[in-house]
Amino acid sequence: MTLEIDQLTVGPAGHERLVDVSLRVAPGELLAVIGANGAGKSSLLQAIVGDVSPVAGRVVFAGRAMDRYPRRERAMRVGVLAQASPLAFPFSVRDVVALARSPHGTGRRVDCEIVEAAAQATDIVALLDRAYTRLSGGEKQRVQLARVLAQVWRAEDAGTRLLLLDEPVAALDIGHQSLVMHTLRRVAATGAAVVFVAHDVSLAAAHADTMLALADGASVACGPPAAVVTAETMTRLYAAETRIITHPTTGTPVVLHG
Amino acid sequence: MKPAGFIVGLALATLLAFMAALVFGAIRLGPVAVLGALLHTGTASSKTTLIVEAIRLPRAVLTLLVGAVLAISGAAMQGLFRNPLADPSLIGVTAGASAGASLAIVFGGALAGWAGLSLVSMAAFAGGGLAVLLVYVLATRASGTSVATMLLAGIAISALAGALTSLLEFYATNDMLRRISLWQMGGLEGANWSRVTVLAVVAGGVLVGLPMLARALNALLLGESEARHLGFAVGRVKYVLIGLVALGVGVSVALAGAITFVGLVVPHIVRLAIGPDHRRLLPASALAGACLLLVADTLARTVIAPTELPVGLLTSVLGAPFFILLLRGTRDYAL
Repeated sequence: MTLEIDQLTVGPAGHERLVDVSLRVAPGELLAVIGANGAGKSSLLQAIVGDVSPVAGRVVFAGRAMDRYPRRERAMRVGVLAQASPLAFPFSVRDVVALARSPHGTGRRVDCEIVEAAAQATDIVALLDRAYTRLSGGEKQRVQLARVLAQVWRAEDAGTRLLLLDEPVAALDIGHQSLVMHTLRRVAATGAAVVFVAHDVSLAAAHADTMLALADGASVACGPPAAVVTAETMTRLYAAETRIITHPTTGTPVVLHG
Repeated sequence: MKPAGFIVGLALATLLAFMAALVFGAIRLGPVAVLGALLHTGTASSKTTLIVEAIRLPRAVLTLLVGAVLAISGAAMQGLFRNPLADPSLIGVTAGASAGASLAIVFGGALAGWAGLSLVSMAAFAGGGLAVLLVYVLATRASGTSVATMLLAGIAISALAGALTSLLEFYATNDMLRRISLWQMGGLEGANWSRVTVLAVVAGGVLVGLPMLARALNALLLGESEARHLGFAVGRVKYVLIGLVALGVGVSVALAGAITFVGLVVPHIVRLAIGPDHRRLLPASALAGACLLLVADTLARTVIAPTELPVGLLTSVLGAPFFILLLRGTRDYAL
């Protein structure tokens, strides 16, 4: 297992942001976390990487407690994409993506190749020499994603790798959403485990191997998309009337309004 | 602009400015005579040698170091606070030093200093150090030091120190008031070799130490969590950085008064020219700051010689139009 989370609880008693969440993610697996705003999705990612300390439970990554990793070794293995990044200085897009290689020391030539490859995978090759501050919201999101991908790009740099992505496709158009999901699948195929937060349940169901539904910090359902995406669970999560149909060709669940 | 070419050009300009600072003054010396005095070739007259060695050289070295330290500290602070409007005085060091200096001027009277450093200088350094320490303690919780809280605490402590300075000015005699006001404008006329030695030790630490944090500063621009996820020891980087800046700026301000503009605008000018990468920005800012302050001080000494203008006035007059020109000419500089 790449990631093992056991009975993780975060936040002071009575105001928990996560309650008793357990989870297993295997190498090559794509896990989607769904839930309403404030359900604890981002808190889960923060707790996994150790930005917030749990009051109970533990996070084990590749057989070792996450908080026992030396900083640099963890940086070589775990990439984290936040919802928003406050970069306000006019770095070129290439420089932003190249920052991902800071922990590696793999040399300029290798780093340049990886930056190019990550840029290709997120369709930002044409933006590489532009200033980051002048990009649109969706373009910035793809640049940040390329940066996080470049950080854990090669299996030979680190072995077991983990990507934690908070809403990686939230600001993207349909074409780029699809591109990014296929890119994540390819990265997973090299042995990385991917955990991503999604609001588009249909998109997540179409691409994830496993889904975790969170409500008020607690796990409501966890399993293959067809088992998690049900009208009942949707009502429980979002308090919205939905209808679930099956995709005519792929067979994955699709959520419709009303 | 090509960063390498820009940095080489800056280094040459700084060298020229340094020579100009030795050549020009109330008495004009020939470049050949100055070189002769510097290299002890025996060709320069004893008067020339005396002027160069005892007066102009220590002042030029002090100016160079103060300019370099202020500008590199400003660049580092803007990176740490992820705010292009930050300057070294933001963490309270300048206001604290001002209050310390005012205290010494009003109450110190004729008390002598120590080891060539005046009482005013030592009080200024103590005041600046105390202010930074307060700001740091105020912004530190069990979970770490919040940069945002530091910014606000810096404003609060600066306001308090400013109030103390104002109170002292209110009770000061006319003569004291003039000394306080001149001190605040900054000036390098107090240069001597013992001051140069003190600053050289500190500046050495700052000019070597800050560039070693350049990669961490680049990552910090993405955000503190992002820098941590890239494997940087964010907490340690923060306190080393603040310590170096407080020490460097504290000593600079103590020896040369509050020279404004250099720490805030020089990093901007350099960033506009070669981009925000700290690996180049930090050394280039140090050079540009040294160059600007050398030119400004040379002009301050010569424009209405033998009277000297406050150097802070010249740095603003020289730097501001240049900065405005650059701002008008760039597209990518969205704040």
